[in-house]
Amino acid sequence: MPTQKTIAATGNTVVAEAMRQCAPDMMAAYPITPQTTIVEEFAGFVAKGRVHTEYITVESEHSAMSACVGASAAGARVMTATSSQGLALMWEELHIASGMRLPIVMANANRALSAPINIHCDHSDIMGARDTGWITLFAETAQEAYDNTIMAIRIAEHPDVLLPTMSCLDGFITTHSIDRVCIMDDESVAGFVGEYTPQNALLDIENPVTHGSFAGLGGPFFEFKKSQRMAIERSRAVINEVGAEFSELSGRPFGMVETWGMEDADVAVVVIGSTAGNVRHVARRMRESGIKAGVVKIRCFRPFPYAELAEALSGVKAVAVMDRAESFGAEGGPLFLEVRSALYDAAERVPVINYIYGLGGSDVRLELIETVLNDLSEIAVGAQAPTGLVYLGSR
Amino acid sequence: MANLKELTHREDRLEGGHRLCAGCGASIAVRQVLLGAGVEPVVVGCATGCLEVSTTIYPYSSWKTPFIHNAFENSAATVSGVEAAFKGLKAAGKIPADKKVKFVAFGGDGGTYDIGLQSLSGAMERGHDMVYVCYDNGAYMNTGIQRSSATPKGAWATTSQVGAAQQGKQQRRKDLTQIMAAHNIPYVAQASISHWKDLTAKAEKAFAVEGPAFLNIFAPCPRGWRIPFDTTVEIAKSAVQTGYWPLYEVEDGVWRQTVKVMNRKPVVEFLKPQGRFKHLFAPGNEALLEEIQTDVDVQWDRLQARFSCS
Ligand SMILES: Cc1ncc(C[n+]2csc(CCOP(=O)(O)OP(=O)(O)O)c2C)c(N)n1
Ligand code: SF4
Ligand SMILES: [Mg+2]
Repeated sequence: MPTQKTIAATGNTVVAEAMRQCAPDMMAAYPITPQTTIVEEFAGFVAKGRVHTEYITVESEHSAMSACVGASAAGARVMTATSSQGLALMWEELHIASGMRLPIVMANANRALSAPINIHCDHSDIMGARDTGWITLFAETAQEAYDNTIMAIRIAEHPDVLLPTMSCLDGFITTHSIDRVCIMDDESVAGFVGEYTPQNALLDIENPVTHGSFAGLGGPFFEFKKSQRMAIERSRAVINEVGAEFSELSGRPFGMVETWGMEDADVAVVVIGSTAGNVRHVARRMRESGIKAGVVKIRCFRPFPYAELAEALSGVKAVAVMDRAESFGAEGGPLFLEVRSALYDAAERVPVINYIYGLGGSDVRLELIETVLNDLSEIAVGAQAPTGLVYLGSR
Repeated sequence: MANLKELTHREDRLEGGHRLCAGCGASIAVRQVLLGAGVEPVVVGCATGCLEVSTTIYPYSSWKTPFIHNAFENSAATVSGVEAAFKGLKAAGKIPADKKVKFVAFGGDGGTYDIGLQSLSGAMERGHDMVYVCYDNGAYMNTGIQRSSATPKGAWATTSQVGAAQQGKQQRRKDLTQIMAAHNIPYVAQASISHWKDLTAKAEKAFAVEGPAFLNIFAPCPRGWRIPFDTTVEIAKSAVQTGYWPLYEVEDGVWRQTVKVMNRKPVVEFLKPQGRFKHLFAPGNEALLEEIQTDVDVQWDRLQARFSCS
C-alpha cells in the first residue's frame, strides 16, 4: 500500500505534484491564468533539480502543443498545461495530437473564452475542444485533479488507447482554492504509472517511421478517423480498469459517472466539476424537506458515459442538466445535448431541463441551486417544464 | 519636433484612473508615444497584457481614442485590419479621401517578441501604414512574471527560477529591434521612458512616415523587477547608461545612435538595484555576472560598428 500524506494545497499545486511524480521527459510551459501556477511550480522542481524533465518555455500555446506533438512522436512522455485562450490557440494541434495517436497529457484550468476577456471559470474552453479526439476527465476537487492527472497518463499511454488525455479542473475555484488533498508517495505513483514504452518513435533511428503523412482523396483518411473512434471506444474499458486499480491503491472511488442519492431519487441534477459539491449540499438539505433529490456527476466527458448515465437516471421523474458553457444556436448547452441523447433510448421519457449557469465565473449560490431542485420537484409532479434553456443567476 | 512646452499643451490620450501599478513603465510609454502622435486622430489596438487589462475594465476605459483589444498574439494583425478597412472604405468613397487617421498597435514583450512575432512580422512586411509599439518590461507581467524571450539572462522569473540546478533564466534575450530593422521598413527605433525627449521625437517620426514603423520602448515594471515603484525612471536611465539598452534608430536603412553614452557604466549598476538579479551577487555567480557584462560589451561594439558604417 502507498504511504499517503494529507496536505493543504491548491488544485494547481497538486496537479504540478502529480506531474512531477509521473516524471515526464518533456514539459512545454506557457503562462495563462489560472493555469500558470502549475507550470510555475514545475519550474521550481526544475530549478531545484528535482526532475529530469526537459522543461521548455515556448513562445505560445500553439508552439506548446506543437512541441508536445514533436516530443511525443519522438518517444517521450510529455505533459503540458493550459487554459482558455491558450487551449483555443492550440486547437489545430489538438486534432493533430489525437490524429497522430500521441498520448500527451495536459491539464486544463477551465476558464471562459473571450470576448469580452474574462479570467474566471466556465467550461467554454474545454467544451470547444470536445470534438478534438482527446479523452477528457473533469475534477470536482483538488483531490480529483491530482488523481485524474495520474490516471490520465496510464489511460493515454495504454496500448489499446494511445490518445491524448486532458485533466480538467475549474479555474480559480479548484485551481486556486486550498483544499485537503491526499498525496501518494513518489514510488507508488511511479509504480502505478510505470515506464512509457513508445511505439513507432521518431527517435528509433534504426527503424525510421513517417509521422503525419498525407492521406488524401482515395487514401485511408476515413479509416484513420474510424480507428480514432475505435480507440476512444476502447478507452472506456481502460478508463474503468485504470480507475478501479487506482481506487484500490488510493482508497478513493472513481467512476466515469459518480452518483449521490440516486438509489431512490425522484429528481436529479447532472453536473460537471466543482459545482457538484454545492449541488450535493443542497440536495442533502432538500431531502430533509422531503424532496428526493439525487446528483449525477460526470467525471469523464470524452468518451461520454452514455450507458452509465442512462442507467443512473433510470426511474427519475425530472432531470436538470447544468451547463457551464453555451452552445449558441443549439438546443441547449453541450452537456444537455449529450444527456438528452443518452436518454433517448430510455423506456420512459422524462423532462430534461437545461440550466446555463456560472459563465465567466459568475457566482453559483446555493439559493440558485435550490431553485433548480424546487423547479424539478414541481415538474416531477406534473408542473409544466420550461421550454428552452434557463439562465441561472444572470442579471 | 515639438518642444516640451508644445507637448504639455497636447491632450493626454490615456487618462489616469486606470489600474496599472504605481510606477508602471507601460503607461509612461503610452502617454509619450501618443504625445508624439500629434493632434491627428489615432486608433489604438492593444494586445492582452497588463496595459490592456488595466485600462479597459468594463464599463470604463482610460482611452480617449477609439480602442480595440482582440487577443494576445495578434495586436499587429488586428490593427493591420483596421488600417486596411480605412483604405478600403476610402476607396469605396465611404470615408472622405482627405481624412487623416493614425493607427497604432501596442503589445508587451510577451505579446511582441514571443506569441505575437508572426503577426507583427506579417503586418510590417505588408507595409500597413501603422506604428507598432512594444513596451518591453522583460517578462510576462500580467500573468505573474514569467520569462519571455526579452527577459535578460540570469534574471529570476517564475518560470526561470533560482535553485541548485540553475540561476535564473539560462538564455540570452532576443534582439527584437534588430529583427525589425531587418524587415527594411521605413522606421525602427529603440527608446526608453527615461529619455522622454528622445522617445517623443521617435514617436513623431514613426507616425510621420508613410508605411510601417516599429518602436521598442524600455518600460520597467517595479512589481516584476523587484524595485521600489518610485525608481522606474532611474532604472530605465541606468539601462541606457550601462549600454544595456542603447537608444538608436534605423531610418530608411540608416542606423543612428540618438543618445550618446559617454562613460558607459558597468552593467552591475543596472542589475544591482533589482531584486530579480539578487542571486547573481551571491558568491559563486561571479562568472555569470562577467558573462553578462561581456554580452553587453559585445552587443555594444557590434551596434557601434553599424552606426559608423551607415
Ligand atoms: C493565447 C493566450 N495565451 C496566454 C494568455 C495569457 N496572458 C495574458 S497577458 C499575458 C502576459 C503578457 O505579457 P506581456 O506581453 O509581456 O505584457 P505585460 O503583461 O508584461 O505588460 C499572458 C501570458 C492569453 N491571454 N492568450
Ligand atoms: S505588474 Fe508591472 S507591468 Fe503590470 S501593471 Fe504592475 S508595474 Fe505595470
Ligand atoms: Mg511584459
